[in-house]
Amino acid sequence: MNTNWKKPLYIWVQLFWVFARIGPSTFGGGYAMMPAIEREVVDKRKWMSQKELADVVSIAGSAPGGVGVNAAAFIGYKKARIPGAAMAVIGVTSPTFIIVIAFSLIYLIFQDSPKLEAALKGIHGAVVALIIMAAYRMAKAAIFDTTTAVLAICALFALLALPVTPLYIVAAGILTGICFIRIKEIAGKKTMTEKPSKSRSGAEPIYPEYYI
Amino acid sequence: MIWELFFTFFKIGFISFGGGYTVIPTIQNKVVAYGWMTGAEFQKAVSVAGMAPGPIATNAVTLIGYDTAGIPGAIAACAGIVLPSLIVVIALAAFFFPYQSNKTSKSIFYGLRPVVTGLIAYAAIHFANFDKLSGYTWMNGFTLLICAGCLVLLAKYKLHPLTVIAAAGAAGIVFL
Repeated sequence: MNTNWKKPLYIWVQLFWVFARIGPSTFGGGYAMMPAIEREVVDKRKWMSQKELADVVSIAGSAPGGVGVNAAAFIGYKKARIPGAAMAVIGVTSPTFIIVIAFSLIYLIFQDSPKLEAALKGIHGAVVALIIMAAYRMAKAAIFDTTTAVLAICALFALLALPVTPLYIVAAGILTGICFIRIKEIAGKKTMTEKPSKSRSGAEPIYPEYYI
Repeated sequence: MIWELFFTFFKIGFISFGGGYTVIPTIQNKVVAYGWMTGAEFQKAVSVAGMAPGPIATNAVTLIGYDTAGIPGAIAACAGIVLPSLIVVIALAAFFFPYQSNKTSKSIFYGLRPVVTGLIAYAAIHFANFDKLSGYTWMNGFTLLICAGCLVLLAKYKLHPLTVIAAAGAAGIVFL
């Protein structure tokens, strides 16, 4: 009769532990985490199938926030509902949290060192490059017809020229998507809502190629 | 202060589509408006955040929280930006997931993906141009040069982002 409460507790601890170990391996973006998640969740613990994991990735990539955190939340929810999701997210976040605090302390100690200042200026350049790569990869998946191209350009110019917040941009994008596809449908035109993929076969799941 | 940190980043968390990069300009505006950091300090915080594993926005707000109000501030800021992801993912898993292949949801992503592309591109421009006041000094020129070098390493040689970050840090020490 003890198992009634012991079992969920065990799963919560497991979820925390699995993701606490995966968390620090995500240097360089959440998608870097996916092979580790697959190994742990599909191969080792058999919590879900390969196909289910592919669904997880597609949801995780489309929700706001880091894709690794979102994947953890989704897997945790499937395994043990809301407490499971919370445990998985705490698990995936806490190692990074500790590392960031440690970095912060190191930074405070060497704050006035001109060498650190110079290194951070260099890294600033690297971070800009990483963001440009993320934009490029996102563009490859997102832009495949005139409408999507116009939308992307309009979003960028609106952000550069007008005092709009990202929330309105996101809302405008969603609305345009719904309306445009609907109008095209009414007009009887063929609609395509995703980039046509060339080869989706093969066992390897395809992850959208952009970094968190 | 703790509450302000939590709530500010909580609101930002909901719009961080496309990962953390899209909200870096928004975070910067808020942080500067609240007087938690100057623009230059923020840029350094993001650079430090980029070295740690995990989403850059989460790391950056953790640093900002720690800088502003110690460990409680760091926890509040981190929880603030992560919680919306948790809420949205649970909502998606519970209600939306069964309708994933539904036409409406497909049209939503049809429109959402391009604007997220625009948001990320804007984040790159905004973050590259942090030091508007001092203009393009030779320091900035060098940073841009390093940025171009990193792009080559990432796109052509497909190096790991962490390797590129380390190389950029070393290049900064040598050349700046």
